[in-house]
Amino acid sequence: MPGTVQSIERAAAILRTLAGGPGRLGLTEIARTLDLAKGTTHGILRTLQLVGFVEQDRVSGQYQLGGALLHLGTSYLDINELRSRSINWADPLAARSGESVRIGTVLEGRALVVHHVFRPDDTFQTLDVGTLLPLHATALGKVLLAYRAGGPVPELETFTRLTLTDPRALTTALEAVRDAGWASEVEEFLLGQAAVAAPIRGYGGLVVGAIGISGPVDRVCDSRYRPRAHLVGFVRDAARAISRDLGATR
Amino acid sequence: MTDRYVVAIDQGTTSTRCIVFDRRGQLVSLAQQEHKQYFPRPGWVEHDAMEIWRNVERLAPRVLSRAGIRLDQVAAVGIANQRETTVIWDRLTGAPVGRAIIWQDTRTSPLVHTLASSPLASDISEISGLPLATYFSGPRLRWMLDHTPGLRERAERGEVLCGTMETWLIWNLTGRAQHVTDVTNASRTMLLDVRSLDWSPRALDFFGIPRAMLPAVRPSIGGFGTASEGFPGVRIGAALGDQQAALFGQTCFTPGEAKCTYGTGSFLLLNTGTDLVRSDNGLLSTVAYQIAGGPAVYALEGSIAITGSLVQWFRDQLELISSAPEIETLARTVADNGGCYIVPAFSGLYAPYWRSEARGVIVGLTSYITKGHLARAVLEATAWQTREVVDAMNANSGLTLTTLKVDGGMTADNLLMQMIADVLDVPLVRPLAVETVSLGAAYAAGLAVGYWPDLDGLRRNWHIAGQWMPAMDPGVRNVEYTNWRRAVERTFDWIQP
Repeated sequence: MPGTVQSIERAAAILRTLAGGPGRLGLTEIARTLDLAKGTTHGILRTLQLVGFVEQDRVSGQYQLGGALLHLGTSYLDINELRSRSINWADPLAARSGESVRIGTVLEGRALVVHHVFRPDDTFQTLDVGTLLPLHATALGKVLLAYRAGGPVPELETFTRLTLTDPRALTTALEAVRDAGWASEVEEFLLGQAAVAAPIRGYGGLVVGAIGISGPVDRVCDSRYRPRAHLVGFVRDAARAISRDLGATR
Repeated sequence: MTDRYVVAIDQGTTSTRCIVFDRRGQLVSLAQQEHKQYFPRPGWVEHDAMEIWRNVERLAPRVLSRAGIRLDQVAAVGIANQRETTVIWDRLTGAPVGRAIIWQDTRTSPLVHTLASSPLASDISEISGLPLATYFSGPRLRWMLDHTPGLRERAERGEVLCGTMETWLIWNLTGRAQHVTDVTNASRTMLLDVRSLDWSPRALDFFGIPRAMLPAVRPSIGGFGTASEGFPGVRIGAALGDQQAALFGQTCFTPGEAKCTYGTGSFLLLNTGTDLVRSDNGLLSTVAYQIAGGPAVYALEGSIAITGSLVQWFRDQLELISSAPEIETLARTVADNGGCYIVPAFSGLYAPYWRSEARGVIVGLTSYITKGHLARAVLEATAWQTREVVDAMNANSGLTLTTLKVDGGMTADNLLMQMIADVLDVPLVRPLAVETVSLGAAYAAGLAVGYWPDLDGLRRNWHIAGQWMPAMDPGVRNVEYTNWRRAVERTFDWIQP
């Protein structure tokens, strides 16, 4: 069988063994059942534990299927966990960029704001955690769309005359997002407003959310309506720092 | 010119962190290591001081490499530490004598009960500004001396030294050259004369502590020597208790400014300026900070023992969630607490009650209650405990709190922040720096070496990052507060003397 990965086959076999077993199984039992070396089995179990597919009982040291397997189809990372793990990096992004920061994740075809840091100018602002934003018309949403496999194509509602409402234009834009590693939006959602966002990755590089800044066009963009390079740099640095904390390797 | 930075060491209850800050007070890099919690008996909580020192040694190079900076770019190191946690060690070998006894530990309960019957007890409270309670270091030191054979004699001969965690770390960082504490940590021992800012001979006599084992008391912001380990060649500019550090990090430099830090426990501190304000309703009079050459600035403190650690208990002991932030997800599965209340008097109750004999309760259980209701009750416990402390603070200071500045890890929990705004009926404001404990230590150390010129410069770094507005019906608030207080009454007198 050309092109198969042995360790994934073994991991699948371990999961099947645990699923078919009476409950928890010890390392020796699992290794013996599959005729694998204990060291190899332990390495795979540790990796499966890291991604939440396997759990180890604290007292007996035995293994069982992990909670993450039950939620495979739903959310990968709890949104409150995502906020908690991002909060230390969202604040410096707001301080350095001088703009407000939002973190978003996909919920029912839209971008759910899970964290919001005010623009650091001490003016009156309102927390909009829980707000749903259109995926195709916002920088956060475009990042989330660009790294989402399949899923229904959102309804391309018009917000301004610059909103991308042509599916082909959106596809091209999303390809550009994947090439660049970040997304922008200039007056596509609100007149006079622009935004930049980058992906937050978890284990194995899976995109679990997006972080971005938004503000007036004349502050976020240069005279050619392109996001200022240093702001893009700040956003990508913050996204990378959160990703590293979440266990992404790059 | 190369950029320079300040490093904070935050030696906390569950972990030790090293954080690099830039000139704007923004976090550049962070390295963190948890340490083991020992629970040898109910009510006993211990740490291995050597494990904590080794963690600092390991974190120092890691945090610098993550920031991509060299040692010579570090202008100063500042320390913020878990307070009242006490350790004794051998002056020659540097080995701790037993484990550090941490602030949540209640083993001194019988001792405190005995000491409280002495006619001198009220004088000691007057001198130290603190009520006689298991929370503070003095009784803990006495317990160690009483329960380790030969230790008292060795202490009198100066063969063993004692200290809180900043003393232990500075002694190790300076290659055993400096045995010092700062006024904020010293003000939590019950051994310090909170006015003269030196060890009180009467308090030492009362608790039976040999002076020879105690560190020298220094201003919080000034000099603690130069590190030869961990951050070799870097000046240790400041040391503060973690809550005082957070007050400093929130730039509460003016009398009347207050903050509440939500961590393992939660602590509301109000700057009272250079006047020591006495409380007759369960608040502590404590030192906020002292800049070398200047007078001490004092604070009133409302201490809540168990807030974040209730969430940890929910995660680790009940295993109803797999990570702390999931408490919010679980709590949002229900609309209210279903009539259920949890009062986490795990180590007795702190402010405003100070009842060491209280123990935790869950009340209002019916077959209707789900784990979602329990999760809500867990979060509400933090909100109502804050309300009780704020009520005491308002009554004591004659001022009425109009907004509350909050910080700490639990500010990531939006539901909790909304609950607190709701039960206090004032807006909650989070600054653009959740890690105010570390930031305060960095500010203090940077100020000591001239990295930042003055307090006004630090104040300009403070910005609002988030705000929660109260939105609770007053009728509901009153009913819930009454229920909460009825639940609290049920914790009293559980431990029989």
